Amino acid sequence: MSERAQLLLPIADDELVLGWRNSEWTGIAPFLEEDVAFSSIAQNEIGHARALYQLVADELGTTADALAFDRSPEEYQCSRFVELLLVPDWARTIARHWLYEQADAQRIELLKASGDPEVAGLAAKIDREEAYHRMHAQMWHERLADEPRYLEALEELRPLVDERGDHTSEFAALWEEMTMVRRSVAGATW
Amino acid sequence: MTEAQVWEALAEIPDPEIPVISLVDLGVVRDVEVGDGRVRVEFTPTFLGCPALEVMRDAMAAKVRELGAEPDVAVISDDSWSTDRITPEGREKLRAAGLAPPAPRQPGGPRLIQLRKGAFRCPYCGSTDTTLENIFGPTPCRSLRYCRGCKQPFEQFKTI
Repeated sequence: MSERAQLLLPIADDELVLGWRNSEWTGIAPFLEEDVAFSSIAQNEIGHARALYQLVADELGTTADALAFDRSPEEYQCSRFVELLLVPDWARTIARHWLYEQADAQRIELLKASGDPEVAGLAAKIDREEAYHRMHAQMWHERLADEPRYLEALEELRPLVDERGDHTSEFAALWEEMTMVRRSVAGATW
Repeated sequence: MTEAQVWEALAEIPDPEIPVISLVDLGVVRDVEVGDGRVRVEFTPTFLGCPALEVMRDAMAAKVRELGAEPDVAVISDDSWSTDRITPEGREKLRAAGLAPPAPRQPGGPRLIQLRKGAFRCPYCGSTDTTLENIFGPTPCRSLRYCRGCKQPFEQFKTI
């Protein structure tokens, strides 16, 4: 596997899977504004995954769809952190959102400094969109700052942020659902 | 066929989600090259999660075919598009349609405090007494604000 694939696939997988998890709030967030916000963030994250997969696909001679949906569960390199099924727990959802955006910001900074101009250019574009996710996460982090359930959630989830390796038990069901269209309709694309 | 004719034809394509403004007004067409029965169009996406990207790409290809040339629409996912590329005419069209145009980019990018306290103008009554309702809106490129002057909610094009 190429250097670019090794670098970008774990990140693309994180964005795809977290985007999927975020979209699970569509229709059931605590209030309408958050329904809109989580749906929009999910759409952005999946868009970022797609652009990252595309850069890898160009090099490997495959497609973004094939990378996103045709791999077996064990081939995905996302962190266990993004796999966790947190609906309907809002405190843990916001804790993950805030922790992820913090960690993702550092990772994007590294990509922006990449010697590969296509990677650096895409990272700079992603970063400008992510600025809005970070604002949203920070707003909630401050709003829940003295809420014990939120502080417990931060403590619980903080050590898991970059934990990779075996998938969580929740991942199998996510993979089943996420790849269902592609597995049942030959040639389906984004 | 000249490059100017291609630009003119592309300027007739409305944005799929905000049809008051054309793709040229939106600043997503980066370059046009004409040669030997082919037209190459370089196109930069707005927001990466925008579902209108394929629609834009296909509309540009169809337009080039109408002109009698073979299209080659290249999608460039680098950092070259920003809301500062929306033309002055495009900004005015957005405002007239009730969508506040994006604020100019600042060094260091947008900050929550600016979105909350900044002087964002209501596209309906012109008041700057407006508040942030939601950073996110119906499409990735929009936020929701409320005007205390005319008591109207309105959409604000996000600065990126």
